[in-house]
Formats: sequence, structure tokens, C-alpha cells
Amino acid sequence: MSLLELKNVYKIYGELHALDNVNMKVEKGEWVSIMGPSGSGKSTMMNIIGCMDKPSKGEVLLDGVDIAKESAKNLTTVRRDKIGLIFQQFHLVNYLTAVENVMLAQYYHSIPDEKEAMEALERVGLADRAKHLPSQLSGGEQQRVCVARALINYPEIILADEPTGNLDEANEEIVVDLFHKLHDEGTTLIVVTHDPEVAEVAQRTIVLRNGRVVKEVQNQNFTGKIHFNEEGTHVTKTDLKSEEEIQAEEQAHE
Amino acid sequence: MKKRQMYFRMITASLMRRRSRMLVALLSIAIGATVLSGLVTIYYDVPRQMGAQFRNYGANMIFTASEDTFTLSDVQQGTALIEADKLVGVAPYRYENVRVHESPVVVAGTDMNGAQATSPYWHIEGEWPSADGQIIVGANIAESFRLKTGEMLEVSYTPSEIASGDEAIQDTVLEFEITGILDTGGSEEDYLYMSLTDLEELTGEAGAIDVAELSISANSDELSGYAEEISSTVSAVNARLVKRVTASETTVLTKLQALVLLVTVVVLALTMICVATTMTAVVTERRKEIGLRKAIGASDTSIVKEFLGESMMLGGLGGILGSVLGFVFAQQVSIHVFSSSISFMPALVPITILVSVLVTGLSSLMPIRSATEVDPALVLKGE
Repeated sequence: MSLLELKNVYKIYGELHALDNVNMKVEKGEWVSIMGPSGSGKSTMMNIIGCMDKPSKGEVLLDGVDIAKESAKNLTTVRRDKIGLIFQQFHLVNYLTAVENVMLAQYYHSIPDEKEAMEALERVGLADRAKHLPSQLSGGEQQRVCVARALINYPEIILADEPTGNLDEANEEIVVDLFHKLHDEGTTLIVVTHDPEVAEVAQRTIVLRNGRVVKEVQNQNFTGKIHFNEEGTHVTKTDLKSEEEIQAEEQAHE
Repeated sequence: MKKRQMYFRMITASLMRRRSRMLVALLSIAIGATVLSGLVTIYYDVPRQMGAQFRNYGANMIFTASEDTFTLSDVQQGTALIEADKLVGVAPYRYENVRVHESPVVVAGTDMNGAQATSPYWHIEGEWPSADGQIIVGANIAESFRLKTGEMLEVSYTPSEIASGDEAIQDTVLEFEITGILDTGGSEEDYLYMSLTDLEELTGEAGAIDVAELSISANSDELSGYAEEISSTVSAVNARLVKRVTASETTVLTKLQALVLLVTVVVLALTMICVATTMTAVVTERRKEIGLRKAIGASDTSIVKEFLGESMMLGGLGGILGSVLGFVFAQQVSIHVFSSSISFMPALVPITILVSVLVTGLSSLMPIRSATEVDPALVLKGE
């Protein structure tokens, strides 16, 4: 049984089909990227998988349980117990220190444990910044706190929405390396991105367009690391295309 | 770490590390608590303050003879039944007919200190007598006989025996120094006033007291209680209230207290509106944080608890500030309006804090409820 399975999932807003008969599976311990241009349905899919929204139609099976049929209260429990969320905007509580932000996830999940929260920060290389407020941390450091917060409760899935969207290349590499470590430890990762360089480091990439899955790419050269050329820029090893390239193609087609 | 510890750590951090934001909320609560605490202090202190003001309008109880006569010792027996700190003054009066420049005049023998206390509105041109042999003269008498302060005045008394035709007994004539002219605008201006000792010397007998005026700092119910107790305990004395003073005092007090109560209620309502508005702004400003908390697993109950905890802690802090500033406010009002200071009411501190916490909590309920309606998917949407 797959850890996550979407069966004929639709999300309809009036005339708009944000998700249009989406089917996909994610196995336990797998690292999957969901890619697509703006408006392709990535965020909608992220919200549904992250139990923050429900599909209009279809089944979303998490550990065999259809979360599409769960109440809002139960979805909060599922989110708390099974999912670790990482956001593009980091979303740290600005008046809590790094370690307190990590403990916040523990607080809602079970019992806050400062020692354990410190260990999580140590894993992301931020033990020495534990007592700093988010405003005293760089973007990369804030995202690493966000990763520590996501993994503190040992979730079944870590769901990252554009995790490197606001980071420079150096921090992007650090965060991707952290994902690589987590994957090696057996964590299931779903990374939503529009960046092909980030998408291709996953084992498998699902490409969305206009709410539909248009392509699934199994990365044969999976290393879990970003590849750079001699000039220090990304090298794409698969045939994934950037948002700009897709838009250019669509314009040419029209 | 226990969940409770983390809870307090979070709400304390929210208040301490968002000081500039929270200061505005704290200020509105503290101002409300200050005015409330101040007004409540005034509300409870008004009877005392107004009582003191009304004591300026003269005695509020009089003793008269229940049958024939009563003596100074009956007066003392009666006043002994009144709590010492409530008895402002007592002035026994004994009236006798005397002659000044061969004209009949009424003299009142009294305790000068007592008369000063029971009739603070008396205006004396000159000085109150400070020793025996000194008198004050009513303005009408002073005008009739062209008397002035500092002059000596011969006062003669004809004993009743002479008046009844016994010629063996002669008039008593004593000379007194006029220390002041009494100006009240009332019937008091038609009398001479001397000490009971001087009158006794003049008349040659202790004599009975005609009336005693008492000034008591108490409300009308307490006064009625005293009057009843004195009349029943001291059989020679009939204690009665001076209705025009006690009734006016009760009416003014009731109206003043009602006014203070009304202002208190209005301030309470304004404080609630102010706190509710501030909390609405706080919730709106923190929509992303609420969304995040919900996204990482916070239930609606947790969100309510955290925001309510913050607002109640603010309410507590505002209450502490308010009870201190409220006393300062009440003290200033008392000094400027009643010209006297008020005493600190320790019981008002926990009450102010409790009311402040409750009012803040209640006012925050609506804004906090809106916090639970935040949709995390919507507010956390990437940009």
C-alpha cells in the first residue's frame, strides 16, 4: 500500500478546475517533486495533501485512510501527527526564538522538549543560533529552522512548498542537502517547486499543467544533490523545463 | 518542559517581545482600569467627603428635654453612645435673660469649642473666646448697642427671686471682654455667647441645658439609630435629627453616587469597546501567525486559549497599573474637589485586577473567535 494515493481528485472553483482528475502515488521513503508553472494546481495539491483543504471530488488516501472525508477537526489531528510543513515564506513566529519555534510544533503535537528541539536545530546546523529571533537570522537560517520544526515530530511526510524559492544558491544547496539527509533516514519528501533544478534532485518528478498530471519523470541519475557546472550554475540532467521555458513553448504553440 | 510552562513562555514572549504593539493595548486597558478604580474609590469615599461638607452646614442632631429639663451630664451620657470618631462636635446651650445697658438681651451659655465644631459656618469678626470672661456678641446686638471687638461689656443678671419681688437679693453684674462679633445672617445674631462657666458665675447656679446641638459624621440610617438609642437610654433626653440637613445630605449623596455609577458604567463600556478594537487589530495583524499555528496542528481551542491568555495577562497588568494610577486619580479629584485626601483601599487592588482581567477577557472574545476562522491555506499562500 502506498503511503499517499490520490485517486481521481478534482478541485473545482466555479468554472475553474484547479485540479482535474489527478491520480498519483507516493511510496513510503520516496522523494517526489511536484512541478509546474504558476496556476498549474501545485498549491492546491499541496493544500490537499497537507490537509489544509479538501478536494471537490476523489479520494486522498494517507496510510489507507481517505482524508477527503475527514472533518476539519480530524484533519488538524492528521496534519499535526503525520505531516511536517515547510513554506517558501518560512512562516516562523517572529517573537519566538529559533528553538521556541521548533518547540511550538512539539507543543501542539505532544510535550515540548527543549533538548530534543536543540538536537533538531543541531541537525540543521543551527545549534548556535537557537536563542536568536527570526529577525536575527538570514533567510537560509530561517528556512533551516522551518525544516527543524517540520521534522521534530517525526512526521510520515515532509511537505515543502517552494522551499528554496526565497533562498540564494548557497542556502538552496544547504536545504537540498538537508532533504537528502532526511531522505537517507527514510523520510518521505514531497517538494512542490517550479524550479527544474530543485525538482530534478528528487527520485521522481510529477509535472502538473492546468490541474492535470502531464508528465512523470523518474530521475535515473538520482543523487539527491544539485549539480553545478564549472561556472557554478545549475545543470539540468533531465528534460524538465523551467516555468519560463514552458511559457515560451506555450506562446509559440499558440 | 510541561505544556503549561511552554504556554506561559509563549504568551509572555508575545507580550514582552512585541512591546511596542502591546503597549497600545496595555495603555487602553490601564486607562480604563485607572478611571474605573478611581471612580469606585470616589464612589465609596463620596459619603465621607460629602458628610464632611455637610457638617459645615451645622448640627444634624439635637437633644431637647424629654420631660422638664436635662443637664450637662445627660448630654455627656448621650454623646458617650456615639462612636468617638464619628462625633464631630457637641454644643450644649443654656439660655438666660440678662440686661445690657439696661436693655433685655438673651445670653447663650455654651462650650465654645463645641459651638465652633457644630457651627463651622459662623462668621466671627474678631476671635472666638479663648478663656473665661470673654464673649462673642451677635451682630444685631452689636449694632444696637454700638459694640466693638476688644471693648468691655457689663452684663447684669436679675435672679428670679428679685424678679418675683424679693428685694433682699441684688442683680449680679459681671464685665466681659468682647472678642468677636457673630455674623450668620440668622437668629444667632440676636444673642450673646459666653462659656457655661461664665453663665454659671453670672447666674449663680449650674442650671439646666435647654438644647444641645450635635454634629455627627454618619448617614441618615446611622443617625436614626443613634437618636433612637440615645432617647431610649438617656431618659431625660429626646434626641432628634435635623431633617433639613440629613434629608438634603441623603438626597445629594444618592444623586452624586448615581452620577459616579453612571460614569463608571460608561467608562466600562468604552473600555470594552477600546479593548475589543485593539484585540481585533491584534488578531488581524497576526493572521499569518494564526494560520501557521493551525497549519502545524493547533486546534481552535488552543488558539482561543493562547489569545485569551495574552489578553487576560494584559488585563492583569492593566489592572495593576490601573489600581495604582486610579488611587492617584481619585486622590487628585478628592484634593481638588473636596479639599481633602482619601485613604487607600487595599481591597480595591485585587478587585480592580479581577475586573480588568474579566473585562479584557470578555471584550476579546469576539476578536478571538474571528481568529479561529482563519484559513491557513489562504493566509500562508506563497507569494
